[in-house]
Amino acid sequence: MPGWLIGIISVALLGLLLGVVLTVAAKLFKVKSNPLTDKEREELPGINCGACGYVGCDSYAEALTKQEGVEPNLCTPGGESVARKICEILDIPFSQMLAKHAVLRCAGSLDHTTYVMDWQSVNSCAANKTFYRGRSSCYQACLGYGDCVLACPFDAIQIVNGIAVVNRNRCTGCGICVDVCPNNLFMLTTGEDLVYVACSSHAKGKDTRKGCTTGCIACNRCVKACKFDAITINHNLAVIDQGKCTQCGDCIPVCPVKIIKRIGVPCDD
Amino acid sequence: MKEMAFILTSMVLVDNLVLTKFLGICPFLGVSKKMDSALGMSYAVIAVMVLATAATWPIYNYLLAPFGLEYLETILFILVIAALVQMIEMGLKKYAPSLHKSLGVYLPLITTNCAVLGIAILNIDNGYSFVNSLVNAFGGGVGFLVALVLFSGVRRQIERSNIPLAFRGIPATMIAASILAMAFMGFTGIVEGMFL
Repeated sequence: MPGWLIGIISVALLGLLLGVVLTVAAKLFKVKSNPLTDKEREELPGINCGACGYVGCDSYAEALTKQEGVEPNLCTPGGESVARKICEILDIPFSQMLAKHAVLRCAGSLDHTTYVMDWQSVNSCAANKTFYRGRSSCYQACLGYGDCVLACPFDAIQIVNGIAVVNRNRCTGCGICVDVCPNNLFMLTTGEDLVYVACSSHAKGKDTRKGCTTGCIACNRCVKACKFDAITINHNLAVIDQGKCTQCGDCIPVCPVKIIKRIGVPCDD
Repeated sequence: MKEMAFILTSMVLVDNLVLTKFLGICPFLGVSKKMDSALGMSYAVIAVMVLATAATWPIYNYLLAPFGLEYLETILFILVIAALVQMIEMGLKKYAPSLHKSLGVYLPLITTNCAVLGIAILNIDNGYSFVNSLVNAFGGGVGFLVALVLFSGVRRQIERSNIPLAFRGIPATMIAASILAMAFMGFTGIVEGMFL
């Protein structure tokens, strides 16, 4: 028998053998899985992106069936249609997917800040931030070159009067701008009608005042006004604990520099 | 016994699969972000390497070599290793669900890992006996573990440090990997001094 024939035969035989062994093993080692989990797994997109917080679609489907209180609307790529189907499978009422939006934690437009640097180079926030500490009189202010504008895949951000403004009708809450901003100014918020602090300056009150007329000076008035202890001052900046906040808005009028804002109400610029 | 110890130490330190032979670079870069996952991946690699060697060595020496079919080595080894890993995965899922869960996605990833195939072929090329092949495979796996664990520590430091923007992420990781590989060159000759 020629050598090549032996080669063909042995590879074919080995392939057949392994195929049979695997088939037998699949039958032998079959693990009964929950039919509910299988159904959910079919509905999920199967791209294993991990946006839900689980390792992959398999483990999210498993968690949905096994554990109580796992939200059915965590799959961002699948969106509302997938969430609806999962609710049908699990026989639970469909709750609206909580919309996520990005907000800029800075209100220091050109009405409130000035440029302290004549920058004649690449128009990029990241490049500008590398030198000195940015061009604005406030070291934490929006740099206004629009790195986020370029990065946003949904054209939801514009630079208006020196600061980034998010168009909430277009924003999908993907969070790309959060990573792009060199000053880390963007924050993802869940739901509508939220009260937030539109400032990120951790400088001392006096220094913040020098750079911007609408920066948090850590005056403590909002802390006192809050009936639910939701506001704390952390390194010269008011921080709202969204878990405790009831969105009552008592802190909004007391702020002397008007940086506590309600999402949805247009900024003063 | 001496030869086994020789093979084992040289595979772990001198001929480290990842850092000297540059095999299995993709899990080295992909799974070394966290210590836990690096360990999980390495355990899976050690197990699969030993089992793959146990399967491929007899195939080569009793099927391929007698019939002069050495040229089928690569394709048959890939076939056998893939089937083997698939079977291990199914068996684990049935009898050791917790182990299956902790190995998770790493087990199927190893199917196409060049380090595993590399070890199987290296055993043949070096003409090791069956037992020595197993030791070689185990040593290769341990070397992989050492490289991954060391590098996950390095990466944790990288993530904490303030690196110029252009070097952040993969470039800094690559540079660190090359420095680690150069550091391992310092082990050259150490095994000969120890055993000969």
